Amino acid sequence: MSVYQSAPTPESSAIIAKDFDFWYGDFHALTGLDVNIARNKITAFIGPSGCGKSTFLRCMNRMNDLIEGTHVSGSMSLDGNNIYAPGVDPVDLRRRVGMIFQQPNPFPKSIYENVAFGPRLQGVTSKSDLDDIVEESLKRANLWKEVSNQLSKDGLALSGGQQQRLCIARVLAVQPDVLLMDEPCSAIDPTSVQKVEDLMAELAPEMTIIIVTHSMQQAARISDYTAFFLQEVAGEPATLIEYGQTDAIFTSPMDRRTEDYITGRFG
Amino acid sequence: MEETPSAAPKRELALVSHATYVKEKALRYLFFACAFLAVVTVILIFAFTTYSAFPVFTDIGLANFFSLTWAPSEGEYGIVSLLAGSGLVTVGALVMGVPLGVGTAVYLVEIASDRVRKIISPAVDLLAGIPSIIYGFFGMVIIRPFVAQISDGLGFGALTAWFVLAIMIVPTITTLTMDALNSIPMGIREASYAMGATKWQTIYKVVLPAAKLGIVDAIVLGMGRAIGETMAVLMVVGNAPVIPSSIASPISTLTSQIALDMSYSSGLHRSALFGMGVVLFIISATLVGIVRLISKKRR
Amino acid sequence: MADQSTQTDELTSRERIKRALSHGKAGRISKDTSNKVMLGVFRAAAYITTLVLVAIIAYVVINGLPHISPDFIFGWPEGVNAEGGIWPTIVSTIYVTALAMLICTPIAVLAAVYLAEYAKQGRLVNIIRYAADALASVPSIVMGLFGYALFVEAMGLGLSMLSAAMSLALLMLPIVMRTTEEAIRAVPRYIRWGAYGLGATKWQVVSKIVLPSAFGRIATGIVLAIGRAIGETAVVLYTMGQAINMPITPLDSGRPMTVHLYLLANDGINMNAAYGTALLLMIIILAFNLFSRYLSRRSR
Repeated sequence: MSVYQSAPTPESSAIIAKDFDFWYGDFHALTGLDVNIARNKITAFIGPSGCGKSTFLRCMNRMNDLIEGTHVSGSMSLDGNNIYAPGVDPVDLRRRVGMIFQQPNPFPKSIYENVAFGPRLQGVTSKSDLDDIVEESLKRANLWKEVSNQLSKDGLALSGGQQQRLCIARVLAVQPDVLLMDEPCSAIDPTSVQKVEDLMAELAPEMTIIIVTHSMQQAARISDYTAFFLQEVAGEPATLIEYGQTDAIFTSPMDRRTEDYITGRFG
Repeated sequence: MEETPSAAPKRELALVSHATYVKEKALRYLFFACAFLAVVTVILIFAFTTYSAFPVFTDIGLANFFSLTWAPSEGEYGIVSLLAGSGLVTVGALVMGVPLGVGTAVYLVEIASDRVRKIISPAVDLLAGIPSIIYGFFGMVIIRPFVAQISDGLGFGALTAWFVLAIMIVPTITTLTMDALNSIPMGIREASYAMGATKWQTIYKVVLPAAKLGIVDAIVLGMGRAIGETMAVLMVVGNAPVIPSSIASPISTLTSQIALDMSYSSGLHRSALFGMGVVLFIISATLVGIVRLISKKRR
Repeated sequence: MADQSTQTDELTSRERIKRALSHGKAGRISKDTSNKVMLGVFRAAAYITTLVLVAIIAYVVINGLPHISPDFIFGWPEGVNAEGGIWPTIVSTIYVTALAMLICTPIAVLAAVYLAEYAKQGRLVNIIRYAADALASVPSIVMGLFGYALFVEAMGLGLSMLSAAMSLALLMLPIVMRTTEEAIRAVPRYIRWGAYGLGATKWQVVSKIVLPSAFGRIATGIVLAIGRAIGETAVVLYTMGQAINMPITPLDSGRPMTVHLYLLANDGINMNAAYGTALLLMIIILAFNLFSRYLSRRSR
């Protein structure tokens, strides 16, 4: 059973997972997850490698559908609608639940085309609208000042940190309600990490953000809520150990295993 | 080196022995010679074929050589209709083969499930292994009668060659396109899906543009294969060295004309065949040069 | 936490994006439909490709199988219509391919050793690679012309197994060179370091460590090249000759299976034998291809 410390109520939650299980083929990867993700707050998923936190994150926009043989049980709802209900279009879901990956992955196109990609998918064709979206998105991602005079440059020519902010701008351009970030800072330099963290803080009041991170300092610094995942026995499914307000989790963890992990005794 | 103040008997580091030095050096030159043989061969092919074709420049004359009429018995050695024939079958083969080859590659890399991929992928490899004579045979006994029916002729001609060559260049194009697609990082596909793109949108807005140069590579090499193909073409084009009146009437190509005439030609006729060989060699070397330029740009 | 002073800016920014986005009209139905249609088109392409292979194989098997018998395989062609068997053509094909392999393999492997282990990347290596690529794409009839001009006439070897084998070796050279180089490069560095660390010379490392570890993949390339050589027609057409003959010495001429098939099909006098020859040829080549696949899977 998972331990909860002042976790968000269903009413204040954007995403609610109930008795959620996940399988890669025959491998049972996650089990018994009951999690409410607070709306317009930052939630951090922590835990040792292989604990399923990234897998769980990728369940939230059904990215795992792209892997053959995966299936789920239980329910996962976004604003009250089960995203795994029959007939739900994962493509449409992903427009509302954006994602940032560990490795910055701009398309091999110009900076402008990278940001305009999503709006174009949604049928925006007017040049002035696109210009507007590109500029505002880059501004919100705090990248505008650095690239405003080189929008036709290849996105891959930017530094790693800039690339990651370009990816964030790219997602912001489609105005998702939820932003999933899968270790967004582990492949970029420390100065850029600072910029990305500032950016998350600026976005949080209007966007539900979930971040998977290996850095406990980062989780403590930026998140409102923290969830700790653990796979106790190799080959067995991982599950949620403890979940609640970040302050509570880090200052007075109730579960022994959470405390061990936070204090660096394993993982 | 400083001398160490140790009591142990000092053993100096051996210098490279002369025998080892000579042996390693000799082996190095031997390997180099083997590698350089490729260069020598290419030069030899060009030099020898050109040498045998020399009367084209001196006795036949380039004006005659690049004229329309091929009638060796009357002293007419014009290869233009043969060049046109080669061009015609190649273009048609590309028009049919490129969509098929690229489509197959995209399906295998981007769409197919593992199970389907494990069945179709070897099929593409086996298709590449089937010798051209079998393709020619198949084209002659199956496709030709079919073309004859729809065109009211014998079925020898460009149309039949298109079908045969299109199938033959599919494995080349598919294999190289698959390489190009596989070299695109998974991450940008995921990013596209995460933006709410459908599979098709991801393929044509992200994957295909990213693999563009690799696919051009594949097409150029497929083109080389089509131009250079001999036996399969020889068996289905009808071997009439003229500008054809329709795509279903007999034509001839550079390759098929060489294969056909070599058995009985002599004198200037034979020189002209070697001259055509030089033309083919230059075309294929140019295509390879283009591919190398593209590959350099890709990196 | 969030910097409150930027709050108003943020809101307008967000609203501007939302407004611009709302101008887009995403036709939901057309998006799904185009996705389904296009994926169907790709699937069709792949299925057509597979179907063509199946059709060719099935056609040759159905028409060829009734004509294959021990007499057909081990008999001699008789009479003007080449009734009887095709044994001498099988022997000629095996003879010339084996000879070509013997000529090609040592040169190609050593050349690959040079490119992978010894050569410094530079202009010279670029030229060698360009030459190898050019060699790989020389039209086979041009290779045949060259073989005829150099081996048959200039060197005086005549229409013979040796002339044909040397021409075929040139055709196989770039294939074996490339696969061998890739195989050598795939041998992990630390394995080499281990040997150097024990005081081995470069040649010892290459001959005792690198080549044995790369052997499986090199063999894959050789088997693949053999498959190509067996199926080759245009190269041997004017280097080996076309007379039916049982070759004994390398200077004997002969008629390989491919040329036999071509002549039978072209004359149309004995289609039964043509189908039988086509089937045997295809079985041999597909066997080599499958063997090469098996080797490559095993060496991985």
